[in-house]
Amino acid sequence: MTATAMTTTAMNAAAALPLLQVDHLSMRFGGLVAVDDVSFTAMDRQITGIIGPNGAGKTTVFNCLTGFYKPTVGRLALSHSDGREFLLERMDGFRITQHAHVARTFQNIRLFPRMSVLENLIVAQHNKLMRASGYSVFGILGLGVYRRAEQAAVERARYWLGRVGLTDRANDEAGNLPYGAQRRLEIARAMCTEPVLLCLDEPAAGLNARESEELNELLKFIRDEHKIGVLLIEHDMSVVMRISDHIVVLDYGRKIADGNPEKIRNDPTVIRAYLGEEEDETLPPEVARDLGVRG
Amino acid sequence: MAYFLQQMINGLTVGSMFGLIAIGYTMVYGIIGMVNFAHGDIFMVGGFIAIIAFMVLGLLGITWVPLALLCILILGMAFTALHGWVVERVAYRPLRGSNRLAPLISAIGMSIFLQNYVQLLQGARNKALPPIISGGIEVMDMGGFAVKLGYMQIVIVGLTIVLMIGFTLLISRTSLGRQQRACEQDMKMAWLLGVDVDRTIALTFVMGAGLAAVAGLVWLMYYGVIDFFVGYLAGIKAFTAAVLGGIGSLPGAMLGGILIGLIDTLWAGYFSNEYHDVATFAVLVLVLIFRPTGLLGKPEIEKV
Repeated sequence: MTATAMTTTAMNAAAALPLLQVDHLSMRFGGLVAVDDVSFTAMDRQITGIIGPNGAGKTTVFNCLTGFYKPTVGRLALSHSDGREFLLERMDGFRITQHAHVARTFQNIRLFPRMSVLENLIVAQHNKLMRASGYSVFGILGLGVYRRAEQAAVERARYWLGRVGLTDRANDEAGNLPYGAQRRLEIARAMCTEPVLLCLDEPAAGLNARESEELNELLKFIRDEHKIGVLLIEHDMSVVMRISDHIVVLDYGRKIADGNPEKIRNDPTVIRAYLGEEEDETLPPEVARDLGVRG
Repeated sequence: MAYFLQQMINGLTVGSMFGLIAIGYTMVYGIIGMVNFAHGDIFMVGGFIAIIAFMVLGLLGITWVPLALLCILILGMAFTALHGWVVERVAYRPLRGSNRLAPLISAIGMSIFLQNYVQLLQGARNKALPPIISGGIEVMDMGGFAVKLGYMQIVIVGLTIVLMIGFTLLISRTSLGRQQRACEQDMKMAWLLGVDVDRTIALTFVMGAGLAAVAGLVWLMYYGVIDFFVGYLAGIKAFTAAVLGGIGSLPGAMLGGILIGLIDTLWAGYFSNEYHDVATFAVLVLVLIFRPTGLLGKPEIEKV
């Protein structure tokens, strides 16, 4: 298992280009320094895990990336494969999604609960639809241009529904889905915006072992087939260690380590900060999580 | 029986107008959770734009009624929508994200401003319009009482139905409608999915103002007079209609509008012309006591 994981990592690393470069990112709230001079690079077509004990500043990094916060200091450069570069710290939130193509999910589920599952996925594609519909004028008239665009949007939505196994729930209200299905729908919705960088904030939280296994498969599929970069915040070590190509460890807002899973697993600083004094690979994830609250 | 039928017809007509205004209240409330107290005055502005448009078209010599009406409808909606957009841009957008009361006060200020603006530009006196569509059909004659359905009433109810159908399609089928519903349910998340929230809100105001413009036009043609203060009572009644039907719900706004129209007319027809406003608001109080979410509103379940 480790051997194959290593080869894929090596292969990906060979093909990968830097996708996101975070340089000296700091975020202060009054006197509180939530993120302190963090720099790292996330490669294209790789899963980059961000781990760290509670309150380490992981979600704050995401909030800076997606325009929720304006970083106090720092540069967040996203490079598209066509050579265009976007400085995310200067962009308005919805433009980050529209033009820079960064998508994200949240720790707590934020679907549109009173829309159907299918509609949740179509809302995510509205930018193209708005253009095609001539800002709704053609849409009301039911012109062909709009119908074709909408057809394409529905097809993409159906493709992702199939991917996350929700095809037969397409017309149900999203709020009525079981928890695990809502999590998968969130990822599908984020993918419908056609991102180049997908930021997932604890996607495995609250999933059982089987669901978490399915999530691993889905994320690997997204990385390998859709060839995009994934940024993953996760507490569940069984997820992070097995699917990340690269891991960034934060503690108290600072980066304390950076490397492939093998290196992180053996890094004494990480072990001290994250798992307590002693490393134990056989720890069940819940225990590892509890240990995350520093001992 | 015949008298009742006549009152129903009248009530339905008035109710359609309230419904058209109420949609503007309910949509804005749905999307940003704010009562736009200037909306009644936007309706009044719509009426004045219509009367100006009638004069301009008269000067231009366009007197064929269907064509003139179509022109006025389009012009009225466009210019009133512009007012709606400006009000949002100037008075509400800068206050987004602040205390909920701030835009409410701003709305009341905007309402006073619009009244004075029209009063200054158009004068405080009533403006009258000679009837353009008159006459009607005699539906039936019962014991000497003829039930009449005016052509104007047919136009009002027909126009309202067409607009309602178009509007429902817009909200349920188009990308814009989907965006509006998304903003209504989770604005932050919609923003993160790349929805231009500010533009969506602005378009909501524009659409509400467009419908209010139609209401202003038919109000002017139905009653024949308009003054700068007409938006106050009509606005409050339409707001009542929106609350009665369940604020935030579009079919609720229409239903509420029609109910308010009927209560208003039936009270005036059977009891006295004096207290029909009181009757309308009494119904509101009763509904709020027994069904606080309105007739079609869904109760908000808060998870603990």
